[in-house]
Amino acid sequence: MQEVRIQDDTIFLVGELVFSFVPIFQEKTAKLLKHTSPIMLDISGISRIDSAGVAYLEELQISIQSRIKDKRKPSDKSSGIFLLRGINDATRPVIETFSSLKLPPAQIPPSQTFFESIGSSVFDGFNALKDGLVIAADVFFWSLYGIWNRSGQRKGSFVQQGVALGVQALPIVALLSFIIGFILSLQSAVQLRNFGANIFIADLLAVTMVREMGPMLTAIIVAGRSGSAIASEIATMQVTEEIDALKMMAINPVRYVVVPKFHAITIVMPILVAFSILVGEIGGLIIAMGYLDLSLESFVSRTIEIITFKDLVVSMGKSIWFAWVIVVIGSYFGFQVKGGAEGVGKATTASVVASIFAVIMFDAMFSLLYL
Amino acid sequence: MAATKEKTPVIKVKDLVAKYGDKIILDGITVNILPNEVTVILGGSGCGKTTLLKNILRLYEPFSGNVEFWDEDILGMTEDQYGTVLKKVGMLFQNGALLNSISIYENVSIPLEQHTEISREVIDRIIRVKLNLVKLSHAIYLFPSELSGGMKKRAALARALALDPQILFCDEPSAGLDPLTSAALDELLLDLKNQLNMTIVIVTHELASIHRIADKIIFLDAGKMLFYGTLEDAKKAGIAQIDTFFKVGQF
Repeated sequence: MQEVRIQDDTIFLVGELVFSFVPIFQEKTAKLLKHTSPIMLDISGISRIDSAGVAYLEELQISIQSRIKDKRKPSDKSSGIFLLRGINDATRPVIETFSSLKLPPAQIPPSQTFFESIGSSVFDGFNALKDGLVIAADVFFWSLYGIWNRSGQRKGSFVQQGVALGVQALPIVALLSFIIGFILSLQSAVQLRNFGANIFIADLLAVTMVREMGPMLTAIIVAGRSGSAIASEIATMQVTEEIDALKMMAINPVRYVVVPKFHAITIVMPILVAFSILVGEIGGLIIAMGYLDLSLESFVSRTIEIITFKDLVVSMGKSIWFAWVIVVIGSYFGFQVKGGAEGVGKATTASVVASIFAVIMFDAMFSLLYL
Repeated sequence: MAATKEKTPVIKVKDLVAKYGDKIILDGITVNILPNEVTVILGGSGCGKTTLLKNILRLYEPFSGNVEFWDEDILGMTEDQYGTVLKKVGMLFQNGALLNSISIYENVSIPLEQHTEISREVIDRIIRVKLNLVKLSHAIYLFPSELSGGMKKRAALARALALDPQILFCDEPSAGLDPLTSAALDELLLDLKNQLNMTIVIVTHELASIHRIADKIIFLDAGKMLFYGTLEDAKKAGIAQIDTFFKVGQF
């Protein structure tokens, strides 16, 4: 039975002052202290105490002590100190072990002012840009060097990465490209039929898929699928000290981990884009033949007629550039990871968002350049 | 292994068998751990020490056998029932197992916030006291990634002590610590046992620690328990594996 009573300016606590009962004591003393001003605390009735009980006693002492000080008049000759009595053999060792009264105050880290946080963000931004450029330079240099000198790379990793980044992405690229081609054609067909311009469905679909949707859509899929895998793999290696272990074995982590991915994605990305364009065309062909009554021959011949060599070169060039952007961004966030599991998650998410953003930005730039 | 007349065992393990696939890791372990004692589980690498600890704590599911805490069968308990038991138990993992995304202060506050209704001010005081016990008052707002290995372990111990557990389990507490820090940690564990009547179960193969703090030892070899008793009795028992263990470990 946990009891709190007041008698002659003294609070008496009776019972067990432990974790499960501290809230009860807190509630009862709070009610009593609304109407009384004790100067003594008697715990002789406490049969058991733990660290929570000690902490509560000290909070109680400090709280009442400050109230006594607030109420003291200058003419008050009493000591004004709130006293604790009744410590016995059962409570003494625990109180001595868990007392926090003599601990130094906790050092709370200072918070930044508004201007300091702006300056800090600008500084961090410059450092991030610098680090990103360094990693980009590293990746491009060792990837170019690695074409002629394959030392420092893991054996078999080029083929393995080609399968992981390319072959395994084929189904999802096919599915989404088909749907995009289908929807593009469907939405356009309705309008074209009103003007009797059915044949131009082939032009519209070919130009859109070859110049824009093929490279950009494929890059976005690869960024979400493979870019996240690159970032999470490198980030996990970083937090588990595998990258440090490579360095200790005098192995350049960029050469060993990133270059095979860079080489592989350079080869597979144009293939994925070409595949995307082909499947997107098939999706559009279904609408062209089914809704606009075009023949296969007229659709195909019109498509071949409208696409220029320059379109194909720009499309493939874009795809390779997007692939490089995805690898560099994934590597950057992977190597920059901080913290444990949460850091890996953040690095992966940031990599995907940044890659998609960069792909769309570069696509806009290329569109203006090659219009 | 019979209980003394004065003390009722706080942990009872009976015929515990643990397997990994078809491989037997623990082969019928039976032991009673007495209260207010430091019981050390020792043996060579791969003998099943950590496996025994984790089977006792239900972190691994035993193949067969019984485990009782305070005369209650914990293997048959529901999650909620076992959760009530776990509030009286603390565990220090070998690598600390701190949550890396939050500070040391927040790590220690987790059990206090989740399992008590104590006010914020009292919780704050408890956290500072526990971190002071393990000499980490200066690191209270740091993150685990900013701590050394030894500091992480001490922070993890502070978290294990947050609710004043009646039983404290430690998995290789001295691993990775320098001799001075290891000795200080052993002294802290002894203080906890003496001042707070804590029962402590430690997995270790550090001979210096064993000699400093063990009241009883459980010696495992290839999944079998070869001995349970005091260190002195173990050395006199004439069991070859134990003699070799202590002889080879001496400097």
